[in-house]
Amino acid sequence: MAKSTSGLSRKRMGEMYRTMLRIRRFEETADDMYMAGKVVGGVHVSIGQEACSAGVCAALREDDAVLTTHRGHGHSIAKGTRLPEMLAELMGKVTGLCRSKGGSMHIADVSKGHYGAHSIVGANMPMAAGIGLAYQLEGKDRVAVVFFGDGASNNGAFHEAMNLCAIWKLPVVFFCENNQYAVSVPAEYSTSVDDISVRSKGYDAPGLTVDGMDVAAVYEASREAVAHARRGLGPSLVEAKTYRFFGHSRGDPHYGMYRTKEEWEGWKGRDPLIVCEKMLKMTAKQKKAHADAVETEIREAIEFAENSPEPEESVALEDIFA
Amino acid sequence: MPELTYVEALNQALHEEMARDEKVFLMGEDVAFDYFGVCSGLADRFGRDRVRDTPICELGFTGAGVGAAMAGYRPIVDLRFMDFTTYALDPIVNQAAKLRYMLGGQLSVPMVARIPSGAGLQYGATHGQSLEAWFMQVPGLKVLYPSCAPDAKGLLKAAVRDDNPVMFIEHRLLYAQKTKQIVPEGDHTAPIGVADVKRAGADATIVGIGYQMGHCLEAAEALAGEGIECEVIDPRSLSPLDVETITASVRKTSRCVIVEEGHLRSGVGAEISAAIQEAVFEYLDAPIGRVAALMAPIPVQTKLEKFVLPSTEKVIAAVRKTLGVSA
Repeated sequence: MAKSTSGLSRKRMGEMYRTMLRIRRFEETADDMYMAGKVVGGVHVSIGQEACSAGVCAALREDDAVLTTHRGHGHSIAKGTRLPEMLAELMGKVTGLCRSKGGSMHIADVSKGHYGAHSIVGANMPMAAGIGLAYQLEGKDRVAVVFFGDGASNNGAFHEAMNLCAIWKLPVVFFCENNQYAVSVPAEYSTSVDDISVRSKGYDAPGLTVDGMDVAAVYEASREAVAHARRGLGPSLVEAKTYRFFGHSRGDPHYGMYRTKEEWEGWKGRDPLIVCEKMLKMTAKQKKAHADAVETEIREAIEFAENSPEPEESVALEDIFA
Repeated sequence: MPELTYVEALNQALHEEMARDEKVFLMGEDVAFDYFGVCSGLADRFGRDRVRDTPICELGFTGAGVGAAMAGYRPIVDLRFMDFTTYALDPIVNQAAKLRYMLGGQLSVPMVARIPSGAGLQYGATHGQSLEAWFMQVPGLKVLYPSCAPDAKGLLKAAVRDDNPVMFIEHRLLYAQKTKQIVPEGDHTAPIGVADVKRAGADATIVGIGYQMGHCLEAAEALAGEGIECEVIDPRSLSPLDVETITASVRKTSRCVIVEEGHLRSGVGAEISAAIQEAVFEYLDAPIGRVAALMAPIPVQTKLEKFVLPSTEKVIAAVRKTLGVSA
C-alpha cells in the first residue's frame, strides 16, 4: 500500500487539513441537526474518510468534475460546494442547493464542477464516463473523478464504465473509498479480491491502493491519476483503504452490530485529522486558528439555514416538463 | 416535396440534426454499420467520434449518454431493441428523468433514447415487446412514437432539440415498409405533445399508437365501406399527451376504441381511457374499447404471435362492438 512521501509543501498540507476539518465539523453539525429533528430525510456521514475527499480534490482544477455518492458531503465540500446552501438543503429549506428537492443524498453544485451525489450505488460511474466523453469531444484537458465505495465495485455499472473509459481513453479517475463495509456486509466477504485496485488490470488501466487515512498519500496518488487522465491516457483506479467512524446511517451504531469495538478503535487511532496534525507537527495555537476559522464558517451556515424559509408547495411542480 | 420511407425519414433527420449542431452525437451497438438503415451514411459523414459504436453495455452507454448530456452535449443513444431498455432503466428512470428536478434546475439532460420496438417478426418474448406504457408512468420523460415518415422526421428533429430526455420509439415493421410518404422539406419539426387527426369521421373515434396506426387506418377504410365513418387520431406523443384533441373527437363521436401493441393491463389505453372518461364522461354512449396485446409474452410461432397481437380485424370488431352493430 502506497504511503505518502511527505514531499508536499506545508501550505498544501495545511490547506488539505483545513478542508478535512471543514468536512468533519460540517458533518458533526449535520448529525447534531439530524438528532435535533431538523434534517429532512437521511444523512450518511463520512467522518473518518475525510482524507479521501480532501486529497483527491486538492489534485483537481476548478473546471474538473466530481461525481459522488450517498455519502458525499465530504467530496462536495472539498470541491468547493457552499456550506450554507448545502446545510439548507439538508434542512429542507428552499435556499438549498437543490431547492430542497434533492436532500443530503443528491447534493450538487454544478457551478463548482460538482455533478451531483448519486444515491443509486454505482450509477454515477457511467455518468462520469459520459462527462469524460464530453470533455474528450470538446478537446479540452478536463478530468472527471467519480467517488464510490467497495460495495459499488461489485456492481456491473463499475465494470461497464471502466471498460468504456479504457477503450475510449476517457479522462476519468475512479476513486474507490474502501471503507470495508457495504452497509453491514464486509468487503472481505463480498469482494473477490483483497485490493480492489487490482481490478484495473482487467481494463488495462493503472491501479493503486493507498492509505486512505493519510491525506498526503491520497493526494499524491490522485495527482498521478489525474495527470494520467489529463494527458489523454485514459482512466485509473485508485483505492483508498479507509473507515467510517459512524454507522452506515443513523440506523446503526458505531460498533457492536457488524463491527467490533476493537476494530473500530484500531481505525479511530488513525483518525486522518490526527495523522495530518502529526505530519505537520501542528502546535496548539495553529490548531486553534484552524478550528476558530471553521467554527465561524459553520456558525454562518447554521444561521443561514435556520433563517431560510421552507419552500412553497408550488416548488414541488417546478422543473417538470413531462 | 420529396417522398420518403419511414427509415429514410429517420435517417434524414439524423443527418440534418448532426450537421446543424456539432454537440449532437450518436452512440449504441452497431450504429456505424447499422443493418436497420436508420443510421446509413452517418459514420462516413460525421466520423466515428460522433457515430460511436459501443460495447454491449446498455447500462454503461446509456449512463454515459446522461453524463454527456449533463456536460452540455446532445447525445442520441440507440437501444436497438426496446427489450434491452431493461438494462438501461437506472440511467433512464432514476437519472435522466430525475436530475433536472432533483438538482433544483441546476442542469438538464437533453438526451434522446432511440428505441426500436415491437413484434411481428417472430423474434419472440425478449425481442418484441412494446413497453411504452412503462415510460409514460415516469414524470420527467417525454415519450414519442411516430407512426409515419413525416412524423418520424419532424418528431426526431424536435426530440434532438428538446432540452429534456426523450424516449423516441420506433417500430421494426415500419422499418420494413417500402411505402413512401410526402415529408416536408427543409427545417421541419413536428410539435411535441400535439396529436394528429389522421382521418376525419363522426361515428367513432379510434386512437392508434405507433405501428398500430396502420391497422387503425385499414379498419377505418373497411368500416367506411359499411357506412361507418371513424375519426382516427394519432397521439404521436404519449408524454406529454394531447388529451384535448382526443376528447374533442369523442365529444363528436361519443364512442372510442384505443389501439396499442403493448399489453392490455395498465397500458397506454388504460391511461387514455381514464383521461377520456374524466373529461367527457357524459358524452360517451358506450364503454371505451381497448385493443392491445393479450396478457401473454410474445410467442415466436407465427400463428400464436398473430393471435396475441392486435390486428385490423380486431380493431374492426372493437369498433363494431362500441357501435353495437354486428358484422
